[in-house]
Amino acid sequence: MNILYDERVDGYLPAVDKDSLLQALQQRLPDLDLLHQEEDLKPYECDGLSAYRTTPMLVALPRTVEQVQGLLELCHQRRVPVVARGAGTGLSGGALPLEKGVLLVMARFNRILHIDPAARSARVQPGVRNLAISQAAAATGLYYAPDPSSQIACSIGGNVAENAGGVHCLKYGLTVHNLLRVEILTVEGEHLSLGSDALDAPGFDLLALFTGSEGMLGIITEVTVKLLPRPQVAKVLLAAFDCVEKAGLAVARIIAEGIIPAGLEMMDNLAIRAAEDFIHAGYPVDAQAILLCELDGVEADVHDDCERVRRVLLLAGATEVRLARDEAERVRFWAGRKNAFPAVGRLSPDYYCMDGTIPRRALPAVLKEIATLAGEYGLRVANVFHAGDGNMHPLILFDANQPGELDRAEALGGKILELCVKVGGSITGEHGVGREKINQMCAQFNSDELTLFHGVKAAFDPRGLLNPGKNIPTLQRCAEFGAMHVHMGQLPFPELERF
Amino acid sequence: MDAEHSVDDSQVLLEQVNRALANATPLLIQGSNSKAFLGRAVAGEVLDTRSHRGIVSYDPTELVITVRAGTPLAELSATLAAAGQMLPCEPPSFGPGATVGGMVATGLSGPRRPWSGSVRDFVLGTRVITGLGKHLRFGGEVMKNVAGYDLSRLLTGSYGCLGLITEVSLKVLPKPRRCFSVSLEMDRARALENLARWGQQPLPVSAACHDGQRLHLRLEGGEGSVAAAHERLGGEALDPGFWNDLNEQQLAFFDVGPPLWRLSVPNNSGALDLPGAQLVDWAGAQLWLKSDADAGVIRAIAQKAGGHATCYSHGLIDSPFQPLPAALLRYHRQLKAQLDPQGIFNPGRMYAEF
Repeated sequence: MNILYDERVDGYLPAVDKDSLLQALQQRLPDLDLLHQEEDLKPYECDGLSAYRTTPMLVALPRTVEQVQGLLELCHQRRVPVVARGAGTGLSGGALPLEKGVLLVMARFNRILHIDPAARSARVQPGVRNLAISQAAAATGLYYAPDPSSQIACSIGGNVAENAGGVHCLKYGLTVHNLLRVEILTVEGEHLSLGSDALDAPGFDLLALFTGSEGMLGIITEVTVKLLPRPQVAKVLLAAFDCVEKAGLAVARIIAEGIIPAGLEMMDNLAIRAAEDFIHAGYPVDAQAILLCELDGVEADVHDDCERVRRVLLLAGATEVRLARDEAERVRFWAGRKNAFPAVGRLSPDYYCMDGTIPRRALPAVLKEIATLAGEYGLRVANVFHAGDGNMHPLILFDANQPGELDRAEALGGKILELCVKVGGSITGEHGVGREKINQMCAQFNSDELTLFHGVKAAFDPRGLLNPGKNIPTLQRCAEFGAMHVHMGQLPFPELERF
Repeated sequence: MDAEHSVDDSQVLLEQVNRALANATPLLIQGSNSKAFLGRAVAGEVLDTRSHRGIVSYDPTELVITVRAGTPLAELSATLAAAGQMLPCEPPSFGPGATVGGMVATGLSGPRRPWSGSVRDFVLGTRVITGLGKHLRFGGEVMKNVAGYDLSRLLTGSYGCLGLITEVSLKVLPKPRRCFSVSLEMDRARALENLARWGQQPLPVSAACHDGQRLHLRLEGGEGSVAAAHERLGGEALDPGFWNDLNEQQLAFFDVGPPLWRLSVPNNSGALDLPGAQLVDWAGAQLWLKSDADAGVIRAIAQKAGGHATCYSHGLIDSPFQPLPAALLRYHRQLKAQLDPQGIFNPGRMYAEF
């Protein structure tokens, strides 16, 4: 089953006459920048998941909310699908365009409208970069906590659409925990304000519903985020382990001690070696696993907690525990982790990043099973893990130039996600379903649950024009996926040994 | 996790819902009725959730607990306390038998809310019996999960109008190592100014209430940060029981008198001139008002400040929750129509229109 939009299982899309749509848009919105020539459309054919590409019919680059509104109204009248895109850094193909649709690029909405230190909030346009908010607030001593690793480039509108996470989620929460209000336009171009400048709003919590809804329910035109006082100090401990189980145990023991680290990251041997070769962070390359534990807050507390954590790590069997001596070493410890993806990328022509979550206690068993599966599929997997919150990022190494390797990588990825569901976890912790995990949704949810999701969609977009084919699979797709699934284990790689 | 206190009665609840669907009977969902005074009165057949109770799973090191809706909130709190953990949002009980289901359905949070987050921030997953007569699961027992729409958080605070919550998984946290409460004499305007300033600094404040004369603060964290903050801010020691009395509306302020209103306003609203006695909570973001003034007057003040007002005196007015703008109301009705097409779950509890 092809990952690209398939009308047979994703739903019929009406044929749109490109020229007539273009003409109508130009007439109605003469100041709206529209791209319609093949060479101009090319740069927009994928987001951060570059394995999947579709050339959009048209790209719109509005600068005003009125232009977005006019475009939505016209597309709704003419039944033209609209796919929203922020900075295009998403890793699940959530902004993958449609041949029969308009790609609505919100990147030009890049103004920070107001930073209010007394209210500890920032009101920004959706195209503002995540990191730019903290930079703009820095003079006030405040910052925006969620920090996805793409924070230098990703936009806040995209963060809301994906409910983006980061390495500090356990203590500071996801995007949904750090929002006050979003302004949206419905598919019909109607304005709604969700949430409020107060801590709650009357009615259903539509702010929570829209967060992470992947551009399926409305278009975000403005975001008000909460800001927090920057912690006084942050310290990082690095612990080495001779087996993954001990590292997993150490994580549970830290929590049992009543400590909530700001960040708690684990890397396996392949990821450690890749990161060390690339960044020279000073990681112990013989270790089977390392833990990075960041503690932040008021100086006296952080000092006490560092001592407690050091003791716990040694008791749990760490072969070595190092406290970053200074800020430079702290940054270096993190640089290894934050560059783990590109570092692994140097080991292999291509890699495929997964994003499953599991209950932490299942970690040793899951890692063992991933290793077994990797062997079966003849591919290498490096593991980096947000150990504090159970979010795994197995990186599957492959070479797209070798016939069949991409397919094998995808199949292995699918197996890993199903394994996450089996142990009580989820197919996606922070990257979103998008197009990438549309089939695995059929493993996580039954048809009644999917039907309810479609009901939610219908309440806001009955014609299904916003980002069709993403996030929630049709029941037809799941029926087909289920049927295919049965012989998946036998057909594609009959030559491989199975355990 | 006493076996006799743990009963999976979901099948019986599902049958009752399916009967109600077959007979088009509206249902009035209730636990102990401790929060029945909130919202509008519902005419319907009672569906009592309390038979479906018990803790389904709890592993303190995972920081997640899964509980059936009919479980007493007190049992949940005691179980967490025994492991040195807590539900940081401090949901109020408003009665001895308050249930976990009622906590989630009303979504009410206590004094720690501005710093810790609200009930919805700790909801990770739910099981729910829907208006299509199915028992479904959304979200899960993991901290991070962005698969599908966030139905669990949508259900939180929806007063049972979108479905019957049967089970909930919650994120929990360790109790702080040190907790110390102080009280400082200062007027309201000065207190709010100070709170706005302190809010921008990494101080371990976890509750802040002004009663008209004094600012009450709770400091929570490690020994070092709490001691340092106490030294810096000064003040007299305050009985920590104050916070429970505030949360449960047991302070003298809440004694009989004019109708009680809750105003939720931006935290930088400053001292608002309200038509009656007021008590400031949430460092200024939640105001309790005793007032005979017209609902329209109170709501206009809240709205002008960027917030909204809820009437806590049952039956006083037809719309205890602030009326929704027309467009938003339409989408509420459409959502209700999709999730509960026959309108059997708590019809009219939030708004007359659904």
